[in-house]
Formats: sequence, C-alpha cells, structure tokens
Amino acid sequence: MDAVIELWTALPVVIQIMIKIVTIMLPLMILVAYYTYAERKIIGYMQVRMGPNRVGFFGMRLWGLGQPIADAVKLMFKEIVVPNGANKLLFLIAPMLSIGPALAAWAVFPFNAGLVLADVNAGLLYILAMTSLGVYGVIIAGWASNSKYAFLGAMRSAAQIVSYEIAMGFALVGVLVAAGSLNLGDIVAAQQGSVFHWFWLPLMPLFLIYFISGVAETNRAPFDVAEGESEIVAGFHVEYSGMTFAVFFLAEYANMILISALSALMFLGGWLSPLPEAWVDGVFLLDHGFHWLLIKTFFFMFLFLWFRATFPRYRYDQIMRLGWKVFIPITIVWIVVVAVMKVTAMPWWFS
Amino acid sequence: MSPAVNPHPLPGRPSSRMAEIRNYTLNFGPQHPAAHGVLRLVLEMDGEVIERADPHVGLLHRGTEKLAESKPYNQSIGYMDRLDYVSMMCSEHGYVRAIEKLLGIEAPERAQYIRTMFDEITRILNHLMWLGTHALDVGAMTMFLYCFREREDLMDCYEAVSGARMHATYYRPGGVYRDLPEQMPRYEESQFGSSAEAKRRNATREGSLLDFIEDFVDRFPGLVDEYETLLTDNRIWKQRTVGIGVVTPERAMQLGFTGPMLRGSGIAWDLRKKQPYAAYDQVDFDIPIGTNGDCYDRYLVRVEEFRQSARIIKQCVQWLRANPGPVMIGDHKIAPPKRADMKDDMEALIHHFKLFTEGYCPPAGEVYAAVEAPKGEFGCYIVSDGANKPYRLKIRAPGFPHLAAMDEMARGHMLADVVAIIGTMDIVFGEIDR
Repeated sequence: MDAVIELWTALPVVIQIMIKIVTIMLPLMILVAYYTYAERKIIGYMQVRMGPNRVGFFGMRLWGLGQPIADAVKLMFKEIVVPNGANKLLFLIAPMLSIGPALAAWAVFPFNAGLVLADVNAGLLYILAMTSLGVYGVIIAGWASNSKYAFLGAMRSAAQIVSYEIAMGFALVGVLVAAGSLNLGDIVAAQQGSVFHWFWLPLMPLFLIYFISGVAETNRAPFDVAEGESEIVAGFHVEYSGMTFAVFFLAEYANMILISALSALMFLGGWLSPLPEAWVDGVFLLDHGFHWLLIKTFFFMFLFLWFRATFPRYRYDQIMRLGWKVFIPITIVWIVVVAVMKVTAMPWWFS
Repeated sequence: MSPAVNPHPLPGRPSSRMAEIRNYTLNFGPQHPAAHGVLRLVLEMDGEVIERADPHVGLLHRGTEKLAESKPYNQSIGYMDRLDYVSMMCSEHGYVRAIEKLLGIEAPERAQYIRTMFDEITRILNHLMWLGTHALDVGAMTMFLYCFREREDLMDCYEAVSGARMHATYYRPGGVYRDLPEQMPRYEESQFGSSAEAKRRNATREGSLLDFIEDFVDRFPGLVDEYETLLTDNRIWKQRTVGIGVVTPERAMQLGFTGPMLRGSGIAWDLRKKQPYAAYDQVDFDIPIGTNGDCYDRYLVRVEEFRQSARIIKQCVQWLRANPGPVMIGDHKIAPPKRADMKDDMEALIHHFKLFTEGYCPPAGEVYAAVEAPKGEFGCYIVSDGANKPYRLKIRAPGFPHLAAMDEMARGHMLADVVAIIGTMDIVFGEIDR
C-alpha cells in the first residue's frame, strides 16, 4: 500500500490530474451510455412496450444491455455530413463547445467529503458559468448549419436558456445564502443532521424552481422546444450526423446527470444519510457516503425520464412566460425570505 | 428600379437598404414528422409567428376517381379503403350506399346493424389514431402508444370478419361480405410469447366476435378515462389547445366543415341523426358539441364520441345476438351465390361468372350518398350511363375543406400551433389527394 502511495506522489502533478480526470470521466461516460439505455427501457415500460432487448454480449441477449455500445459504434462509423453553405469551422466546433463545459463542470463536484478534483471556493459560481457556456454550442450549431429549422431551434434555445439561467441563478443565490458558502463541499456540510435538515424544506420553492429550470436548461421535455421533434424536427442539430451528433447527445445527457447530481448536492444533502447522525455513525451502508449521493442523483435522473413520458411540450412563448413571470418573481421573494430566516437565525435549520 | 431604393419600405419609415425586414418562408414538409404523411405547407413567417400558411396537396394523388371509371362497380370498393386509410369501412359504406341507391336495393336489417357496428368500430379506430398523433404532435408521446394498444384489438375485429386488418372490403352492395364469425382467432405459444402469455391474451377471445367486441366496449370507457387523466386537465395540454385555431360557427359552415370540426364549433350537425342511414335511427346515442370552436373543444368532442361510439356498439351487439338472419340480399344479379350452390347449380355458376366479369349494370342516372365518417361527411356522387362501370365518380372527402381552412386557422399563431392545428384537423392524405 505504501509503495502505491509512494508511486503516486512520485508522479508529476499533471499526470496525477490526468489520472483523476480519467477516473471521473470514464464512469461518467459509461453512465451517460447506460442512461440512454435506461431512458429507452423506462419510457418503454411506461408506454406498455419493452424497449431495446436484442443486443447483448457474447451471443446472449442480456435484456439489450449491449444497445448503447452498438449505438455508439454505429454513430462512430457514420459519415459526418457538412451541409452546403455551412460554415465548416463553426459547424465542427459547436458540438465540442457543447460537451466541453458539460464535462468541465465536474471538476469542482465533490463526490464525498473531501473527494473532489479541484476544491475551489467559488465552486458554485464556476458551475453556473460552465452550464451557461453550453448554450454557445447550441447557438453556434444552429447558426452554422445554414438551415432554417436549425436556426429557429438556436433562437429558441438561446432565449430559453438565457431566461432560465436567471431563475436558476437566483435559486442558487438562495442556497448560498442558506449555506453561507460558495464551496459545494461546505454547502453539503451545512445540511448536516437528518432528512429534515436538508435544504429542500426551507428552500422548497427554490428547490422546485431549480430542478424545473434544470430541465429547461438541458432542453428536455416538456421544455424541449429547441429540439421540438414535431415542430422543427430536431432543431439545432438537425443537420448533424455521426459523431458530431453523438457529441451533442452525450453533452445533453451529461448535463442531465450534472443537474441531477447538483440538485442532490444542494437540496438533498449530497452524500449525507437521511437518518439522524447518532443512528448511523459507523453503520455499514447507512452511514454517510457516496452511495447516498448516487441514489439521490438517480432519483432526479428518473424524474427527467418520467417527465418526458408524461407531459406535452410547452410552446416557446409559454416557456418564456413561465420563466420570467412565475419563476423569477418567486425566487426573488424567496431569497428575501431565506435572508430573513438566516438573519433571525431561525431554529432547526439556521440556528 | 435602383438597387439603393427599398422596393417594400416599412410603413412610416424612410426606405433605406438597412431597414428592410422581410418575412421568411419555411418549407414545412412533405418530409416532416408532423406533416401526417405528405402535407407540404409553405409558411410565411415573421419570427415564430405565421403570416401565411399555404398548404400544397397532391403528393399522394392516385387517381382513385378516374380508376373507378374503368372497372365494374364492385371492384372499386377496395379503393375506398385506401382513401382514408384510418377509417376504412366508413369510406366503403359511403360508396356502397351510393351503389345501393343507384340500384334501388336495400341491405337486410342484420347487415345494416353490422354496418352500424363496424362504422362505430371504425370511428373509434380513427379517433384513437387521431388522439395518438395529435398528442404526439403536441409532445405527449405516451398517448400514442396507449392508443395503439387499443387499436390492436379493433384491428383484430376487422381481421375476424374480413381477413384483413386494414383494407377490409367487407361492405358490399346488398349487405356485407359474410356474417360475423362464431370464433375469434387465438394466439398460440411461440418464440415471442410463452403459453401463459398466449393464455392471457386469449382470455377475451374464447367466445365469438360479438363477445370479443362486447368485452372491448365494456373495457373501453375506462381506458378513455385513462387518456383523459393524461390530457384533459393537464395544464400544458390546455395551454397548447385552448384558444388555438378558433373557428366561429358561421365560418365553420361557410368553409364547408363537417364532422367533429363543425361540431367543435357548436353546430349539432351529424348525418347519423339528421339523415339517418343503416341502423342509426334504431340506436340511442347523443351528439357532443363544443362551444368555443378551438382545438380543445374539438378534442373534447372527439373524446365524447369515443364514449358514444362504445354505447352504439353495445346496442348493436345486443341486437345482433338476438336477431340472426341473412346479411346479403338474395338477388344473385348483384350478390354472388353461395359457393356450395355453384358446385351443382348451373344457374348459380353463370351468375357467379357474370357477376365477377361483367358485374351489374345499374340504370342510367346520378346519385349522391353520404355517411358520417369519423372525419366528417364522406360522400360519393356517381353518374351512371347504364354501363357496368360508373361514368363518373366524385368523392367528397371531409378532410379537403378542413385543410383548405389551414391559412385562416393558423394565421397569427406560432409555429408550434400549426402543428396542433394540423393535428386537430385529423388530416389523412389518402382522402384529400385521392
């Protein structure tokens, strides 16, 4: 064991960071792949059908577990078609602009107490910045495609993401007022106690608005107007094929996982156990740990899929109305409420 | 014209090269997921707002009317299935009724009840398809699969009487092709389903077709409730449909609307009540009408028609159980003789040969007969010159006037509403392009 640690410290810092990045990215990418599989299976069962069940490994079907791999291989071997009159450079940069921030945001994400790649004090701000950057990929993709459908999708998405960014930002302001820190690890630490100490109770409106804005931010149903399957076909990525399309796809799902994980972290106490501290200390699986974060994240990830199977799609202007006229006023009011709770050191949460 | 001068200056603004703002045109279809087949809409748009919607038709034109002029009357029944390919038997009914009127014959009462029952089965089939695709267009994906689950059972009814799941050719001049079967086809164990699965599926198929249909109509209102929990009070669904594509009662009549499109605007016009045919004057049912004439009202009207159709089917099932009898007229100049008779009866053989080669020659004249198809009034206008083929067949497809109102209904709405309006019109290009 000592030898391994010695070897590790002997490595150059750059290599150390590289290895850490790979250990985060690899499971994340596998999770993304199997999230698409879970989506198809779960929505399938909600819609009285089976979902993919043919592709397996080594001649066994295994309930279709090989499907994401087969899809990835298919997309890799497909031609990347650049449409006539498209700006080739921007057209190819756009998917990278989309996935870059989606992955970079994980740098400050704490997976357990102290288990974080970069323990930045302005972590929340960094995450807000990264999730906002993702919209450039969408806008540039829509613009560079030289297609009216893609252009419409980009315009919708730009307007939508910019307005939901505000509601989301205000919701986060509430969190940082409550926690008194921008560091994600400290935000979780501030929720110590039990399930009733977590921020979802005092910040209930912000919690709901944050998650709904997150759904809107990731362009998922019922806010998927930027893709709008039945209106503008696939919206901003209508002209993309092969790997360029796959990268957009990965970015979307990585963002969904990120939003789910952040909701779990900021409102459901991250890796904290829902049971009171005294009961769980040292008890296997009931104690605080990464598995709690995973369970909470999966819950939100499931909600994304559930929404998609249940709701019709909002119209573009209705989304804007919801964002500006409902969410933003509520968040502003609740920030004041949280501030008052904090200043008066309201018992239970803020004492 | 000098290039420096803006040919279309905005009102109240000096013309300059910079200030020119033009609407842009968006080609919506024919390869578009919400185009319901081959609709091509040329949309003139100001941002997201529709300034003009110009539907282009004809991409599915197959010349049905012309084809009918070149073959004996009976051989065109199959074309009628392919007009509105989601309400097959109702189109057949319109055509067959026109021929019967021309020949001056009347189908036996049992056949009339069978036709009534299958017209209503067809109405449910069509409205299920409509509900599924309309909801899918508006974004509620799950509805589509729920509706298709029920369609499967109704298709099995088609299959049981005609052998075909869609294009049945079941109605014939003088009645229907054959009586209802005493047995439903059953599932067998296969690599796709275990014996337990087959047994579960066969639970409703143990009896006759009538038992199967009765089981379905008993089950169906509960399923409609299920659809309604997903949509009727859903805020998003209401936001997307209330006040969209409003048609006033006056305009609806002027535009030639029929069916749920007209009833959604509040006019209680239904051929089943106003000009009863088949056995509609014998059964008890209500006609739902809307008040606002928007997409939501038309949705409510069609959902209520689900329930009324189930009610009619139930009454037909009871009557058909109690009253056996012939389902085809005995005149072998029009209806084919029994196959068994042909084996030892010369005359029957001759009748059969004549009927399937030459057909029959109705008297010269012209007739129009219409039925209340699920989408509206489906009518056939036949001009006969006394030959064995129609001199001219004109089909009145309900979808055509509806589509013609596209511009009026969509103008000023947003792009996403166009999709909802296409959905609410229940457009099928088979009948519009013919």
